[in-house]
Amino acid sequence: MKTEEQDIQRSAFVRPDSMTDVVTHYCPGCTHGVIHRLVAEAIDDLGLRERTVGVAPVGCSVLAYNYFNCDFLEAPHGRAPALGTGFKRLRPDMIVFTYQGDGDLASIGMGEIIHAANRGEKFTAIFVNNAIYGMTGGQMAPTTLPMQITTTCPTGRDMNETGHPIKISELLSTLTTPSYIERVSVHSPQHILKAKKAIRQAFQNQVDDKCFSLIEVLSTCPTNWGITPTEATSWVEDQMFKFFPLGCFKRPDDGKVK
Amino acid sequence: MAKVLMKGNEAIAEAALRAGANNYFCYPITPQTEVAEYMAKRMPEVGGVFLQGESEVAVGNMIFGAAATGKRVFTTSSSPGISLMQESISYMAGAQLPCVIVNIMRGGPGLGGILPAQSDYFQAVKGGGHGDYRLLVLAPSTVQEAVDLMILSFDLADKYRNPVMMIGDGMIGQMMEAVEFPDKDADPKPPDESWAATGAKDRKPRIIKSLFLDPVKLEENSWLLHEKYERMKKEEVRFELYKVKPENEFMIVSYGTMARICQTAIDELEEEGVSIGLFRPISLFPFPSTQILEEATKENVKALLTVEMSTAQMMEDVVMAVVGNRPVEFYGRCGGIVPTPEEVKEKILEMQKTYSK
Ligand SMILES: Cc1ncc(C[n+]2csc(CCOP(=O)(O)OP(=O)(O)O)c2C)c(N)n1
Ligand code: SF4
Repeated sequence: MKTEEQDIQRSAFVRPDSMTDVVTHYCPGCTHGVIHRLVAEAIDDLGLRERTVGVAPVGCSVLAYNYFNCDFLEAPHGRAPALGTGFKRLRPDMIVFTYQGDGDLASIGMGEIIHAANRGEKFTAIFVNNAIYGMTGGQMAPTTLPMQITTTCPTGRDMNETGHPIKISELLSTLTTPSYIERVSVHSPQHILKAKKAIRQAFQNQVDDKCFSLIEVLSTCPTNWGITPTEATSWVEDQMFKFFPLGCFKRPDDGKVK
Repeated sequence: MAKVLMKGNEAIAEAALRAGANNYFCYPITPQTEVAEYMAKRMPEVGGVFLQGESEVAVGNMIFGAAATGKRVFTTSSSPGISLMQESISYMAGAQLPCVIVNIMRGGPGLGGILPAQSDYFQAVKGGGHGDYRLLVLAPSTVQEAVDLMILSFDLADKYRNPVMMIGDGMIGQMMEAVEFPDKDADPKPPDESWAATGAKDRKPRIIKSLFLDPVKLEENSWLLHEKYERMKKEEVRFELYKVKPENEFMIVSYGTMARICQTAIDELEEEGVSIGLFRPISLFPFPSTQILEEATKENVKALLTVEMSTAQMMEDVVMAVVGNRPVEFYGRCGGIVPTPEEVKEKILEMQKTYSK
């Protein structure tokens, strides 16, 4: 019989089947890896790996396909929701998820995500919001906080020139169709557990043939924020929470919406 | 099956179903919207997928996602819409995905107009999107040929795992002609298990991508694609000759419905004692260069004339094909104005004066 301790060890240290056994390229203190793991655990828990297709974005997680142990498509910048739509419409029996950064989803791919959400496409969107363009070296994103310094707003984001951070979860929850939208964070163990629950629910919805679910995950980018990993976790709570409050914006529906 | 009278756009739609392509994504644009309207009615009857996307950028990428299932999928659009699809076309070429894209061309550049044109030749044949890739490009001149080439397009897309583009001018889409279809709808093609994303069950995960960060791998992929294009050049050249004979003094090169207008001009010129034939490329990529050179360098041929509804795009390929062996002249109208047989005739009579000196 397994002891509780063994159980904890298992959940903490065993690699989920849905992840490959390779070292990721993510920077120290980056939470992309944590989010990958939560997605993989959800897929494992629901036994979906063999019928899952992921859609990778353009951004730091462009190589996500190397880390997940399932079929993957690599989309053009911002277009993952369109690929997800095309794939899932032809294969409603399969499980499809997109994994996108905030430049990918909230800037260049804004059109694709809004319309996929509004049509109620039956895939799961994992939206990683780190308030910056990571891959290209720290430029301003639509989610960059007011006065936050990036390489393309070196004196801080000026709201008069570039507007305010776009709140994707709030924006998409104004649509009638989507079934589930929640914002979570992964900067502390408690939040990771909550995020895991939300991500699992978003996949469960797909299994239950419910329409579009999106989980926005606040994520760290110590490299481009120019702070240490520990400072980065505090920055999420102290700065990002003010603009991106956690919570469920649309509950898992009862199947009536679509 | 008996012949039916059908509008080009609707015939193209029906042909796709006969090819077992039960998946269609679109965005409305004149002069091809009838395809979408026809599909909206027909798809539910055959249990296929019909979806109107939010833009051609999205539609192109829906096609990308759909093609990754290994099933047959297509879209239709017109010039400005095809410009927006170039992103996905480049990605699909890089990732080696089959699909069929139809461009019912209208006049450009920019918003241009809504009348027939052939001004997207470069876009179709020379790239359009970024990177070292080619599309297999076919150009029908009748509604029946549009039907036949549409069916062939799906076979070629599967054979080469490459996007195939059929380009027709607005006339092909709008005119009504009697057409014959294969007897019944083909069964929807089952996904090709050898490369499609079908779920990593009892096999390693499959990744459908055009990203190769390692330059050695990217070069490898580019040469792999190149080999495919070279194979197309050997196996997929298609063209038709009209009244091409040894005594011809002139040869017109023209494609699509423009070639039909040239045929009328040729018939009339023949009556006036001018010996002239027509070379009609059906595949624009691969371009029938060798065959054009062969015909152009026949002893009696004095010069060639390319006739296009553009400001001389295909002409560049004709010039390259004859490698200086014969003069190549051009006649064309654009913006939605179609050259008449009289205009073509006049141009040839002018050439006769020049080259008979
Ligand atoms: C069409 C196009 N435009 C721009 C780029 C360059 N680019 C690559 S990643 C990226 C931003 C990604 O940022 P984000 O989505 O926030 O993801 P992160 O890297 O922060 O995880 C940009 C602009 C591209 N690859 N393609
Ligand atoms: S640049 Fe930022 S988002 Fe990208 S891997 Fe590094 S820390 Fe993560």
